[in-house]
Order: sequence, then C-alpha cells, then structure tokens
Amino acid sequence: MKWRRLFAVMLKELRQLRRDRITLAMILGIPIVQLVLFGYAINLNLRGLAAGIADEANTAASRELVMDMVASGVIAPRLAATSPAQLTDALRRGRISLGVVVPPDFEARRFDGREAVQVLVDGSDTVVQSAAVQLAQLPLDSRPTANLAPLLQSPGQISVVSFYNPQRRSAVNIVPGLVGVILTMTMVLFTGVAIVRERERGNMELLIATPISRSELMVGKVTPYVGIGLVQTTVVLMLGAWLFHVPIAGSVADVYATAMLLILANLSLGLLISTRAQSQFQAMQMTFFVFLPSILLSGFMFPFAGMPRVAQWISEVLPLTHFLRLIRGIMLRGASLAELWPDALALLAFSAVMMTAAILRFHKRLD
Amino acid sequence: MNAAPVADGDFAIRAHGLTRRFGDLLAVDRVDLAVPRAHVYGFLGPNGSGKSTTIRMLCGLLLPTAGQIEVLGLRIPQQAEALRLRIGYMTQRFALFEDLTVRENLEFLAAVQGVPRHDTRRRIDELLAQFDFTDRAGQLAGTMSGGQKQRLALAGAVIHKPELLFLDEPTSAVDPESRRDFWEKLFDLADAGTTLLISTHYMDEAERCHRLAILDHGRLVADGTPAELTGALAGRSLLVHAAQPRRAQQLLTKIDGVRSVAQIGNSLRVLCDDGGAAIERIRAGLRQAGLTAEVEPVAPNLEDVFVASTARHAPAAAESAA
Repeated sequence: MKWRRLFAVMLKELRQLRRDRITLAMILGIPIVQLVLFGYAINLNLRGLAAGIADEANTAASRELVMDMVASGVIAPRLAATSPAQLTDALRRGRISLGVVVPPDFEARRFDGREAVQVLVDGSDTVVQSAAVQLAQLPLDSRPTANLAPLLQSPGQISVVSFYNPQRRSAVNIVPGLVGVILTMTMVLFTGVAIVRERERGNMELLIATPISRSELMVGKVTPYVGIGLVQTTVVLMLGAWLFHVPIAGSVADVYATAMLLILANLSLGLLISTRAQSQFQAMQMTFFVFLPSILLSGFMFPFAGMPRVAQWISEVLPLTHFLRLIRGIMLRGASLAELWPDALALLAFSAVMMTAAILRFHKRLD
Repeated sequence: MNAAPVADGDFAIRAHGLTRRFGDLLAVDRVDLAVPRAHVYGFLGPNGSGKSTTIRMLCGLLLPTAGQIEVLGLRIPQQAEALRLRIGYMTQRFALFEDLTVRENLEFLAAVQGVPRHDTRRRIDELLAQFDFTDRAGQLAGTMSGGQKQRLALAGAVIHKPELLFLDEPTSAVDPESRRDFWEKLFDLADAGTTLLISTHYMDEAERCHRLAILDHGRLVADGTPAELTGALAGRSLLVHAAQPRRAQQLLTKIDGVRSVAQIGNSLRVLCDDGGAAIERIRAGLRQAGLTAEVEPVAPNLEDVFVASTARHAPAAAESAA
C-alpha cells in the first residue's frame, strides 16, 4: 500500500464530500433529528392517556379511587360517562384510549374481594396496555384503615427498585443506544453507496485501469467517514448531556474507543455491500435489510433477554448488539472497556471479516 | 492483409486468436492484431462490433475467453498490474470526477499514476497550458462542454507520459471543430513516440490513422494502411449521375456484380465486385431501362472498404452471433 495513493483517494473523497451539500447536512441533521425524536417523542413511560370514567357507584370510596388514578398522572380524564357502553363506543371511535368502569355494586364487590373495577383498554397499542397494567396495580383504597381483600392488596405491596436509572427516564437508556443506531444507519449507507456510485458514474473503469491497488482504494474511501462518525458521536453525546442530562459514568476515552469499534464494523459492512450492489438503489435496499434487524434485535428497542433463541443468535451477529452492551456498560454502569472485552473483540472480528471479504470480492476487472 | 514490414520488437501490441464470449454472444471472434509502436492505429466498426471489448481485453480489464495477448512485451492478463504503470486509458464515457475541478482531477491522477511528487506541479501546469485549461483550472469538470471534457480526459490519460494510449471512441460526443483540435493533440503524442490505439465509427477519423483494422460482428475483416485498403478496391467504385436517382438505384441493385448502391445528393455511389466488366453491364442496364445516366470510375474511399469487407462476412458473422 502506497501512502501517497491512499492520501490521494482520501483527499478526493473529502473534496467531493465538501461539495455535496445535502450529504453534509445529513451528517449533522440525522443525529440531531433522531436524538430529539427519540428523546422527546418516544417516551415509553406513558403519561396523560385520554381516559373516560363511568363511576356508576358514585360513593365516597369510588370517587377516592378515581382521584387516585388521575393523580398518578397516567390518565387524563376526558369523558365522564354514565354507562360502560358509552365508554366502549368512545374507545372504538378513538376519543379515549382507556376507560374506567366502577360498577354500582362497587362497595359490595370490594367487601367480598371480587373484581371491583374494570379498566377497558385500547389493545391495538401494546404500550397503552402496559400502562393499564400499571393502573391496575393501584391499591383499591390507599387509606390504611380500609378493609381490603388480600388478593387485591398484594400488587401494591411489591416495590420496584431501579438501579442506574432510578427515575426510569427513557432518554438515559435511549441516548447511548442512539449513538449506535445513528452510526449504523449513516456509516453503512455512506460506504454502501461509495463504490457503487463510482461504478454508476463511470469513474470505476478509469480507476481500475490505473495502478491503484484494491486496498488503497477501499481504505482510502472509508477513512474520511471515520472522522464523520466521530463527529456524529460527539453531537449525540453533547446534545444528550445538554437536553436530557444523560451522564457518562465511565471514561470518555472508552466511549470514543467503543464508537470507533462500531464505526469500523459498519464501514467494512458498507464496503462489502458496495462490492455486491449493482446500483445505488440496491445498496440502499441492502443497507435497510441490515438496519431493520439491527434496530429490532439488538436490544435497542426490545429487551434482548425476552427474545426467542433464534432471534438471539441473529442479534449476536449484528454489530449494534455488541455496541449496546459496551456503551450502556460504560456510560450508565461506569464499566471500563477492558472489563467488557468479549463484545469489543466481537466487533473487531466482525470488522476484520467484512473488510477482508470486501477486498477479496472487489476485482480490478469489469467481468 | 499482412502488416507492413516492421521488426518484431517494434510492436506495441500483438494478439493472436483473441476471443471473448458473453453468454451466448460472441463479442470478439478470433482477432489477430499487430500494432506497431509510435503509430496511430484505428479500430473502425459499427456499434457492437467488439471495439470496446477488444480494447478492454488489451488493457487487462476483461479476461479473454481464448487467445494470447502481448502488450509492451508483457503477457496480459497475467501481467496487467505491471502494464497499468505504462498505459493510459481514455474511456468512452467521461470517467473523471465531475464534482472535482480541472486541477483537482489532474492532482488526483498524478498521485495515483505515480508522477514524481516534486514534478507534479510542473507537469500539471504544463498540461493545463497544452490543453488550453490555464484559465479554467478551478472550474468543476461537470460544468464543461463535451469537447472540453474530452480534452481533460486526454490530459488525464497522458499525465504520466504513457508509452501506449488506448482511446475508446473519444470523439463520439464532440463537435467537428473540437474533433479536429483533438486529433492534432493525438498526432503530437504520436510524434513524441506514444503508440495510440483509437476506436471510432467515423470514416474521416479512420482515414487519419496510420493503420487501421476494420471490425464487424467481432471479427477483424480487414487491416492495413488506409491507402492499402482503398487501393485494393481500385476500379470497383463508380459514380452514377442519373436524372432519376431513386429509380436508377432500384435498377442498379438488381444488376449482377453490384455490391452496394448509396445515394449521395443527385448521384449514386456504386461498389462492384470487380472492375471493368461491371461498368459495361451497368451502362447496358440503364440504357435498356431508358434511363439517361453517366457512369464514371472514382477513387475508392474507406466507406467502400468498409462496405466491401463487412458485406462479404455478413452471413458468417450473422451465424456466429446467433
């Protein structure tokens, strides 16, 4: 590998990138928009669900219960109904996502220990369902003098203690993972189209007729994007700290080293895609083919532990899975990269395999 | 036709039995080539005749299905990497970077082609002057005209002073004046000792070559100097001045020994299988049909050569292409 040719390719890429205003804007735009979207809009702790309440008992105890529910902040009363039928109707039409029915014989049921309150839920949204479960755990009567049935009492007696994110703020969990999601999307996409674009524009026929070597071309093309990936990492971390007060418990150097590992893994994957795809459109399709499982199976959206065995095997192959374990360990639990070496090693191995495959697959020939 | 007497070591390119198949299509069919050094050697042929495929095999970009290639004394494709240091290649489609400036493109190629670092600046300035880009050095390549792009591509292809230059239809998207200008540059290079292999489908460009090969359906159907090729057809080209050229044309195509008839303005250009006898048959035929016409022999041109050599091979070529 000749340094001069390598630098020539890097310089060419940077010069082309400098003139590509839209791509430049996306480099900063994607992290900012995603951070704000995920940080603010995607809040898994639901608050203020539109609710309808049909209190047919209308006793002191039932009114107390309804007020407790509203005070929890999970529901916001929108509709005072007179019958359960009115609630199901409003539910179907989407006016409310949750209905609370207190039957006329509430006092008697409560005394007997039978089901005393019914919560009607819009089951088409699983997040709302889980919020309803939260509601159902409210004790029927919070006053200590109340005479409660033992069965109904038990849920309220379980206390949940959350480590590392005691206030259970979604942003604290999401922002470190978001670094990985953004790097997975942009790095694979940028390099995925890198080689194909030259082929589509006709530059490749000239390049392969020159003495430039395969590795000079490959390494030279991806190196500028390493810098771009680190810039994106910085943007997400700084905005995360500023907007959502996401702490970095471990060392900042470890965070960047981890980001670097993921960048390398994704760039080499992108290169492999680029040698396979016949057009930029195909490269984008392949990128999303990898991106979707990364989002869904890596543990970013759904907990890894709950996945079926096969899904877990697949996710072990995805770079994002290992990155998430590393970055959450370092940023939230204050672990060091050395303590988490198996995942770091997995990322390195992934990069080495992909890069080798890409260089081997790329021939300086047209057939 | 054999190559003119040239000593063995003076060939830049020698190929024997060069063949390339794409699936069922035989794109290049047993082509033998000998290109002398410091010559402008032309490939003449219609689109799809195998010109580009042959050039790509000669510079090692495509693997031949069969045949031997030796370029600048190197065996291709085995020694293609060594060859790449010594050749320039100008692709049919503009292959420089449209989002880089003229100077940036040349800087990139200088580094990639290994122009000595201390020499790069001087060499680029020299090329900018030579190819009239001095006041456009900062212009983006994508914003230039077709002729300017071709000049830039040529400048890029010769930045490392290659011994051999391949040009694949370099003037297909260029106006006539730029073409003339472009050919001046090519002869300058040949004068300096560079061998040029250039493909074209323009007859006037083919005429300018020192030697040329005519390709049709992947076969080499004729080769030699333009004078040799046209000389071989002496006496077989006629010009017919008729009052009703369309009617005369219909009649002439039916006469024995007439290979082709093409209307040129008010005249008809006729190519015969042989000289002498045919001219009398044509005169007799026209007289019988009551058409007044004058028939005169003319000097054959390359178009006649092209028609004569491709028509003879047409049936066989059609078979092999099927």
